Amino acid sequence: MDKIFKKPESIRDVGTHYCPGCGHGIVHRIICEVVDELDIRENLIGIAPVGCAVIAYDYWDFDVTEAAHGRVPAVATGIKRVRPDKIVFGYQGDGDLAAIGTAEIIHAANRGENITIIFVNNTVYGMTGGQMAPTTLLKQKTATTPSGREQKTHGFPLKVCELLSVLPGVVHSERVSVHNPQNVLKAKKAIKKAFENQIKNLGFSIVEVLSPCPTYLGLTPQDAVKWVGEEMAKEYPIGIYKGAA
Amino acid sequence: MKKILMCGNEAIAEAAIIAGCRFYAGYPITPQNELPSYMSKRMPEVGGIFIQSESEISAINMVFGASLTGIRAMTSSSSPGISLKQEGISYLAACELPAVIVNIMRGGPGLGNIAPSQSDYFQATKGGGHGDYHTIVIAPASLQEMADLTILSFDLADKYRTPVMILGDGILGQMMAPVEFKSLKPKVESFGKKDWILDGCKGRKPRIIRSLLLAEGELERLNLKLQKKYNEIKDKEQRCEVLYGDDSEIMLVAYGTSSRISRSVIERLRKTGKKIGMLRPISLWPFPEKELKRVAKRAKAFLVIEMSCGQMIEDVKLAIDCARPVYFYGRTGGEIPSEEEIIKTIEDKTRS
Repeated sequence: MDKIFKKPESIRDVGTHYCPGCGHGIVHRIICEVVDELDIRENLIGIAPVGCAVIAYDYWDFDVTEAAHGRVPAVATGIKRVRPDKIVFGYQGDGDLAAIGTAEIIHAANRGENITIIFVNNTVYGMTGGQMAPTTLLKQKTATTPSGREQKTHGFPLKVCELLSVLPGVVHSERVSVHNPQNVLKAKKAIKKAFENQIKNLGFSIVEVLSPCPTYLGLTPQDAVKWVGEEMAKEYPIGIYKGAA
Repeated sequence: MKKILMCGNEAIAEAAIIAGCRFYAGYPITPQNELPSYMSKRMPEVGGIFIQSESEISAINMVFGASLTGIRAMTSSSSPGISLKQEGISYLAACELPAVIVNIMRGGPGLGNIAPSQSDYFQATKGGGHGDYHTIVIAPASLQEMADLTILSFDLADKYRTPVMILGDGILGQMMAPVEFKSLKPKVESFGKKDWILDGCKGRKPRIIRSLLLAEGELERLNLKLQKKYNEIKDKEQRCEVLYGDDSEIMLVAYGTSSRISRSVIERLRKTGKKIGMLRPISLWPFPEKELKRVAKRAKAFLVIEMSCGQMIEDVKLAIDCARPVYFYGRTGGEIPSEEEIIKTIEDKTRS
C-alpha cells in the first residue's frame, strides 16, 4: 500500500507537551511540512521563544537555539548577518513579540532583515498561567483581567501585522488562522511564502497565526476554535497586509 | 616599531579587528562612543559586520546570535548600558557562548555622570546578571594594554567558551597615546574546531543551543560543569603586575586608572626611602589571590585605591584572609583620587 500522508522529516516522532486543542502543534507541523517541501532542513536555524513554545526544539529536527524573552529578532539578526546563506526563522508568541519584544521586532522589521518570523497569537500568556497579553481582546477575562480587559486600564489589543505593514523593510505581513482545516491550508501557504521570500533575499516576512488556547480561554477545544474563527478574527482580520498573495 | 596615536576606545576596536572579531553590535553611550564609530568604519573594510542596534539589550542578543555561528563577536557600552546587557550576558554564560563585552565605566548609580569611575566592579566580577556564573574580567591600565588585553580577551573567550568583560573607565577610553599593533597575534585557530556551532544540520545530527533545563538534575549538572570550568580559570588565568613586591612593607592594590595614580605615588615615595609597592590586578576575575597571598607574607599592610566607595577591597581581604590590615581610599561619583590624597592616607595609616 502506498503511504500518502506521513510525518514530515523535520518533525521528531514524539508527543508534545501542548494542551489538548492548542494551536502550537499545528503551527509546528506546518512549518515542518514547509521546511521539507522547500528542502531547507539542513540549512536552517530556528529560534525558539520564551513561552509555551520554548521547547519547540524537542519537536523540530533541525538546528535550533532559544532566545531570551522577546529577543528572538535580535538573535535572528546576529545569525543571519553572519550567515546570510542560512535560512533563519524565529517563532514567537504574543507576549514575547508584542509586549516585551516590541523594540526588537519593529527594528528587525524596519532594517529589513532577511528573516522569517512566525508569530503565534492566542491572546494569552499560556506558560505563566493565562495572564493578559497585549493581544487580549477587550472584555476578555484572563488571570490578570478578572473582570475582562478594559481599554481604560489596559489599552487596546495590539495589531502587529497592521503595525509592521507600514514599514518599508517589510516585504510580507500576513495574518492567518488555524481554527479549521481550510485556514490551516491557507496558513501553510502563507508560511511557505514567508520562507520563499527569505530564500529569494527579499527581506523581512512575518506571518501572524491566530491560534486557540482552550485552557486559558476556559473553553473546550471545539468551542475554542469556534471562538478564534468568530470572535478573534473579528478583532484581527485574516488577510495579507503587505506583499502579494 | 610603528606606533599609532589613538584613544583607548579605538585601541580596543583595532585590536579586536586584529583578534579576528568580525561582528560588532552596539548602542551609543558616553564615554565609549569612539569604539562603535571606529568599528563602523573598520568592519566593512575587513568584511565584518557592524550594527548600531536599537538598544543595548538588542546588541548583546545580536552578539548571542553571531557567536552561536562561531564568529568572534563583541559589544561595548558604559555602565548604564552594561546593566541592560546583563540579561544577555547571563544567557551567554549559560549557553557557553564566547563573546567580548567592553565596559568603559562612568559614574553611577542611575544615569550618574559621564566621568570615569570604577563603581561597576561588583557587577562585573560577581556575575552581574541572574544565576550562578562568572565572566572573566580583564582590566587594562594603559593604551597598549587595552590593545594587548583585547587580543587576550578574545582568546580566553574562545578557550573557555565564556563571555569576557574588558573593564576600563572613561579616562582609559578617552585618553590618547601611541599604540603598537604589529606584534599582536591572536590564537584564533588554536582552540580546536568549534564543533558546537549552529550552521544547519547537514551531514550531522541537529544541535540545540539553549539555557532552559527543566528535567530534574539537568540544571544542577550545567551549573556544576560551569563551576568546574570557573575553577580551572581561577587556577590558570590569574594575572597581575607586582611593583616592588620583594621589599615593600606597604602594598597598594589598584587597577586601571587608580593604578596609574598609585604608580606615581609609589615612585614619589620611593624617592623618600619609603618601602612601598603595588599589586595591580590585571584579571579582576579570577582575582589574583595567589600573588596577593605571596606578597602578604612580607607586607605589613595593604591600601586599596579605587574610584568607588570600596568594592575590590572585599576581594583583597578575602584573598589574604584578613591576615593584614587592609585600608581603603577612594573617590566616587566620577571623581578621581589625587596623589596628594593617597599620600596623606598612607601617612595617616602608617603613623602609629
